Amino acid sequence: MQFKSYAKSLAVAVSLAVMAGCSSTGGSQDGSMDGTGTAGGVAGQGMANGQASGTQLGQGQGYGQGQGQGIPDQRTIYFDYDRDTIRPEFESVLNAHAQYLRSNPNASVILQGHADERGTREYNLGLGERRAQSVEQFLTVQGVSPSQLEIVSYGEERPAVEGHSEQSYAQNRRVVFDY
Amino acid sequence: MKRVVSVMVGLWFALYVGLASADLTIEITKGSDQAIPIAIVPFATQGQGTLSEDIAQIVSDDLARSGQFSPLSRNSLIAQPSRSEDVHYRDWRAVDSNYLVVGQVTPQGDGYSVQFELMDIYGERRMLGEVVNVSRGQLRSAAHYVSDKVFEEITGIRGAFSTRIAYVTAEGAADNRRYALHVADADGHNSQQILSSQQPILSPAWAPDGNKLAYVSFESGRPAIYIQDLASSQRIQATSFEGINGAPAWSPDGRKLAMSLSKDGQPEIYVMDIASRSFQRLTNNSAIDTEPDWAPDGQSLVFTSDRSGGPQLYRYNLANGQAERITFTGSYNSRGRFSPDGETLFLIHRDDQGFHVAKKDLETDRLTILTDSQWDESPSVAPNGSMVIFATQQGNRGVLGVVSADGNASYRLPSAQGDVREPAWSPFMN
Repeated sequence: MQFKSYAKSLAVAVSLAVMAGCSSTGGSQDGSMDGTGTAGGVAGQGMANGQASGTQLGQGQGYGQGQGQGIPDQRTIYFDYDRDTIRPEFESVLNAHAQYLRSNPNASVILQGHADERGTREYNLGLGERRAQSVEQFLTVQGVSPSQLEIVSYGEERPAVEGHSEQSYAQNRRVVFDY
Repeated sequence: MKRVVSVMVGLWFALYVGLASADLTIEITKGSDQAIPIAIVPFATQGQGTLSEDIAQIVSDDLARSGQFSPLSRNSLIAQPSRSEDVHYRDWRAVDSNYLVVGQVTPQGDGYSVQFELMDIYGERRMLGEVVNVSRGQLRSAAHYVSDKVFEEITGIRGAFSTRIAYVTAEGAADNRRYALHVADADGHNSQQILSSQQPILSPAWAPDGNKLAYVSFESGRPAIYIQDLASSQRIQATSFEGINGAPAWSPDGRKLAMSLSKDGQPEIYVMDIASRSFQRLTNNSAIDTEPDWAPDGQSLVFTSDRSGGPQLYRYNLANGQAERITFTGSYNSRGRFSPDGETLFLIHRDDQGFHVAKKDLETDRLTILTDSQWDESPSVAPNGSMVIFATQQGNRGVLGVVSADGNASYRLPSAQGDVREPAWSPFMN
């Protein structure tokens, strides 16, 4: 059941730093709960279904490394059961997204975290979030600004494929880049 | 000699708005060996016309579903009395019935007067007799009321047949999915859709007064917790922090919501004071902490955490701020829900066969698996503690299942179409 992720210890360190910064040890009031102002400073990003905006964002920017200017085609990566570790075969996919996001600092993406159906729903929201955090960690290490990234975990709520087979599960344990 | 009771059964009918939708149906999957034989005679109808509902059948179905009664089939009823004066006890002993329910329905004003009596066949005595006045359209509610009274008189346990359930349906394939939140009678009838969305809806939770539901909806593109008043359909957005806003659970006094928020990096348990909108953070670690539920006395909460490596249940003591692990059997125990007396936890437990509803006796620590289905989720306990409703799979479809607290009886509540999941059993409504 353990998530043995290289990103985990890093994530813990980061979140500890964040928590220290927030100085919240119980009894804290939070005034930003009406939900209109986005918490977390991912301001000004388009919501979801932004596929169309990709090409124009890509124009005329970038590091001149000669790769395609658009959003990378492969926008889904998959995970092993009970893991949030980035599989080696998907590192090139993440590198391509990292490059795109670095080259297009105004572009932003929602990292959708998903889990397979096994286990309880709210717990699976947590598992989906961990996978998305793993991707976030990878991208920021590659120099992507955290302000370009937002995580939304869907847990098991939006399966890509129906069915109770391992084949279905494997396609549902995923992180989707939603530009 | 007959007590006249005016019942508030009309309340729900009048208060609900929204479209009627497909009701759930009932399929009994397991009956109990120890079920008590009871005869329920079709109620006599005074005056002209036939009734829209068969009260005796509804009572019979209610009692059968509980697993504690085995109602006689109609064709083994050897007589059709409608008043205790006309009952010959010897006849009913001959068909091995322990109890007998008779009654009649009389038109009265705009509605009906429903009279019913319960007899102890071996004791040769009348145990109960009441008259219930209901308006037209409330005959089902009147029947559930009869079931409640009969059940309580014989078992000593308050009946929960007049309660409601909330649940979520999902229809359509991946990109074209439609989610909806519904409220229905505990037997799946009278369903009303109270919210629909193209984005996921989950974790409905009844306020202790039965008038409001808290739930999680992704309708804005991100998860947020809403509180919706069922009478007016008005709602407020309780939280919409960055990250997970999940697993709302009402405090017993209805003033607070426990929940799971990941705004600090990973899901932690928080308690929100609803009136002041202030938050208290209960947990603080790098694990997933979620699925809180309040003990009935309000002094502690149980929640799921994978701080030990896999999901297990922990109990947080509000007095001293300490969380203690309470499940040790197996590698997956989650989503604990207290029994109304606080002595038992119902939960999801994984073994070699899959995910099952189980119960843990908090006194003896003994864990008992209640279901043999593989994909159980989201247990929710009836307000009288006698049954647990949960989500499971039948073929490739999500259905609701109900199992008795002793595991001896079970039934299913499939929907006519699509998946059904995320059930929540209401508190007592009367």
